[in-house]
Amino acid sequence: MTRLAVPKTYKLYIGGKFPRSESGRVYPVATSKGVFLANAAQASRKDARDAVVAARAASSGWAGATGYNRGQVLYRIAELLEGRRAQFVDELRLSEGLSESAAQRQVDAAIDVWVWYAGWADKYVQVAGNGNPVSGPYFNISTPEATGVVAIIAPQESSLLGLVSVIAPALVSGNTVVVVASERAPLAAISLSEVLATSDVPGGVINVLTGSAAEIAPWLARHADVNALDLAGADELAGDLTWIDLQIAGAETLKRVLPPESGVPTPSVERITFFTETKTVWHTKGII
Amino acid sequence: MTIEQAISLAPAERAIQLIGGDLTEKSLRLHLEGLPGVDAVGLEARAASLGTRSIKTTSKAWALDKVIELIDLTTLEGSDTPGKVQSLVAKAMIPDPSDLSAPRVAAVCVYGDMVPYAVEALGAAGGESGIHVAAVATAFPSGRASLPVKIADTKDAVSSGADEIDMVIDRGAFLSGRYGLVFDQIVAVKEACRRENGSYAHLKVILETGELTTYDNVRRASWLAILAGGDFIKTSTGKVAPAATLPVTLLMLQVVNDWYRLTGERIGVKPAGGIRTSKDAIKYLVTVAETVGEEWLQPHLFRFGASSLLNDVLLQRQKLTSGHYSGPDYVTVD
Repeated sequence: MTRLAVPKTYKLYIGGKFPRSESGRVYPVATSKGVFLANAAQASRKDARDAVVAARAASSGWAGATGYNRGQVLYRIAELLEGRRAQFVDELRLSEGLSESAAQRQVDAAIDVWVWYAGWADKYVQVAGNGNPVSGPYFNISTPEATGVVAIIAPQESSLLGLVSVIAPALVSGNTVVVVASERAPLAAISLSEVLATSDVPGGVINVLTGSAAEIAPWLARHADVNALDLAGADELAGDLTWIDLQIAGAETLKRVLPPESGVPTPSVERITFFTETKTVWHTKGII
Repeated sequence: MTIEQAISLAPAERAIQLIGGDLTEKSLRLHLEGLPGVDAVGLEARAASLGTRSIKTTSKAWALDKVIELIDLTTLEGSDTPGKVQSLVAKAMIPDPSDLSAPRVAAVCVYGDMVPYAVEALGAAGGESGIHVAAVATAFPSGRASLPVKIADTKDAVSSGADEIDMVIDRGAFLSGRYGLVFDQIVAVKEACRRENGSYAHLKVILETGELTTYDNVRRASWLAILAGGDFIKTSTGKVAPAATLPVTLLMLQVVNDWYRLTGERIGVKPAGGIRTSKDAIKYLVTVAETVGEEWLQPHLFRFGASSLLNDVLLQRQKLTSGHYSGPDYVTVD
């Protein structure tokens, strides 16, 4: 007797919970060869709004945690990814059409990227901050601080490594993120949300939307409560929308906008410091 | 403890008309306990169905402005200062400095000792036809004080210029069946609302439905408050959970509707506490319109007691005018 397949309908990840799309819509996700895999939720602008609200609410706690603590939490995600390696390899093989070994390599690379960025959490301040020389009996110190809520359009082709390479650097400094996953291959992003839900990351720090990035991105770009945009995947979208349109939309509320890179973004400290604001404080020197 | 049934109660006009001249603890009890019981399942189902209406675009724009017009902008914290009351009043007069088309709120609601500061800050914008000053009185929020203290508390607020008094009932007395005591206190506080020129400050009677435990009690307390002369019945102090809920407000609106059919007199309703989002507030507007009619959607007949609701309404309003979502950076920090 043949077994009856149980096709899954995945949901969004907002504020640490897995809600259906407010719109009730789903869309079919297929393998690279066009075979039906599962249904994924098709997020609407209201889901994006809810995600921003959740991200804003989580912002002060995450940015207020010590760099060391954030590093530990991020490292724990890498540990959990390691435990789910087989599932991610499977999903990448099916949805991106990779060979077993290529899928293995991508999962390895994704875990390495997490670990690399996790290490920076209590170190980037020393690199990007400075003690400034001033004429007077004062210490003058500049330190980078998280900019707030970062909306990210994940790379469309590399569904796991690409995703990890854009969300990890934004998290390091204490930003909270709303990420629109790869539209064609969202399964890795959804499985990553399941990893996040069982990790130590507070709910709302990472919010994952699936669906049409071309539909959601303009709303995030114009949202007044989003502080920065990472448009990594914005030039691979369906339709006429380009990253320039989104940059223009974000200009009204003075967002930081990181333009797309070709291929998977390479790990760099610049990706961390891009989503920070420099705070400079003066402090009197004691006269001894 | 036995309750003396034959004690005569204060001769409140409405109660005498309804119950008859020999107003006693017993006759009041017979009336209140003779009220039909509440169908809790039906009430909650009705409230839930009223909450599912979809209010969009122009209707939503109208509803948002209406909600602002009906808000009693409230600050009831132990840490209130004259400065905080002044900024509250500033916000009441110009809710959204970036969009002057936003209407003013109905009233500001403060503790009694803050009334002079609120009146002074309002200046010409206050008064009977402007933004009202509402004061909570009678040992708010617990109501645990002797009657002379409650009356003094009320008189103090009225003489400082309060247009409205929000009094709490003695829930302990109500729950132990001493309806007459609660009744007499409301009548006495109503009398304390009398100004020197003979006019009265509006009296809102807070039932604190979260402590009344059953819908039947809410219905009885609503009748009691109306019979004793309350101009408004208000759900909660906001200090007890659960505060205002949609079923409780619906039930109070039904009592108000019954009273209107019986006497032609309109009593106001004020849900307070726990209404934080525009979406919730619009559910209340729908409930009012469907239960007692749209003429109740006026500041002298329906109010929201709220502090954080206004900011959410303003965010929604900004979304409607600008076409993009706004954020908490664009409204005040209260």
